[in-house]
Amino acid sequence: MTKMLIDLQDIRKTYGTGDAQVEALTGISLQVKEGELVAVMGASGSGKSTMLAIAGGLERPDSGTTRVDGMELFSTPEKELARLRRQTIGYVFQDFNLIPSLTAIENVALPLELDGVSKGQARKAAEEALELMQIKEIAKRFPDQISGGQRQRVAIARSIVGTRKVILADEPTGALDSRTGEAVIRALRERIDGGAAGILVTHDAKNAAWADRILLIRDGSIVDEARTKRDLNELMKNV
Amino acid sequence: MSLKHSILAVLSIGDCHGYQIRQEIESRTGQTWQINIGQIYSTLDRLERDNLIVAEGPNPEGQIRYSITPEGKAEALEWLKAPVTQTTQIRHELAIKLALAVTLPGVDTELILQSQRISTLRNLQTLTTAKMNASESPSDLAWLLILDSQLFALEAELRWLDHVEGLLLVSAARGLESQNELNTKSSKRGRPTKSVGNGK
Repeated sequence: MTKMLIDLQDIRKTYGTGDAQVEALTGISLQVKEGELVAVMGASGSGKSTMLAIAGGLERPDSGTTRVDGMELFSTPEKELARLRRQTIGYVFQDFNLIPSLTAIENVALPLELDGVSKGQARKAAEEALELMQIKEIAKRFPDQISGGQRQRVAIARSIVGTRKVILADEPTGALDSRTGEAVIRALRERIDGGAAGILVTHDAKNAAWADRILLIRDGSIVDEARTKRDLNELMKNV
Repeated sequence: MSLKHSILAVLSIGDCHGYQIRQEIESRTGQTWQINIGQIYSTLDRLERDNLIVAEGPNPEGQIRYSITPEGKAEALEWLKAPVTQTTQIRHELAIKLALAVTLPGVDTELILQSQRISTLRNLQTLTTAKMNASESPSDLAWLLILDSQLFALEAELRWLDHVEGLLLVSAARGLESQNELNTKSSKRGRPTKSVGNGK
């Protein structure tokens, strides 16, 4: 049976108090299974990044349940949660967040080393992740010696290194031109097809279209979803 | 779509018979243009009449070979160089539907925009899956090019839908009313009333 890797139920989150109170999420439920990529689109301030931060255990919801790989994030002791975040969840940000003084492969191996994995094993896993992103040849270069697209692929490699099977990407192509952005999304898609689950937050419809489902979120709740695809032949008839 | 010029473009590479021309055009446009063979032959007749091509044959297999004349070659080159000015239809169905919808009282434009957005996203997903499965080999290049042109058009449509939504929000915030009842005041022009019994 396909495993449910991300399971958010009725998540609510409010910022501020009194008159300044803003409801960021007003009861969001979302499930993502192994091999599935879900894109989330919505205007700035619609709550999409808050949702991603909660799914990644970076922010605590006011209510609701957040299960990742079967574990409820917020009833887990802090230490366990930190371990789960390192071992299961990979984050990809718009601005790459690579450490400039480390080479590409060192950046990718870092989360594993922090987790107590031996240097040799971490390096081997990092090499595999770089190979999967088809950038093995730049392993020994520093972030400022590679292109934006390569930097982002290093960041994705870091997010999937080791046993991680949940990828959360927040505008990962925001800083890239459209061709490079497409290559990055293609790499992300291939990794997910290989047995991970992902949530992709993006404002770019062309990138979102790589997902199995596209959720539209507005004022903190999911308003609609594009799920079933059309018959290609029917669609191209009118071209 | 100019079948006439597409035929000339194919013949500018070498002589072909009618069926072969159809296959060449279809494969060079990513199999997205299904052409009726009858249409090919009638266009070939007109091209021959205008001295843009010459016909030779039929050979023992009954096939007629067509070759391009210098005039035809010049015409094909001219067509390739000239920009296409009519790339968009101003009155396409969606624009007309939305333009009408915003003026109709009691119509929920937001709902129309939303269902259109989902529909366009579904099309975008369908084409992206096709793109995912296409290789970057030369034979797929034409197909990829057509797919991309559709993808960019759909992306533009989504951006336009967002824009329309924003425009409606701004105009509502300013208290501008776009939804009107029928204008019944003065309509002098229009379909004339039937006159009874004038004998004509």
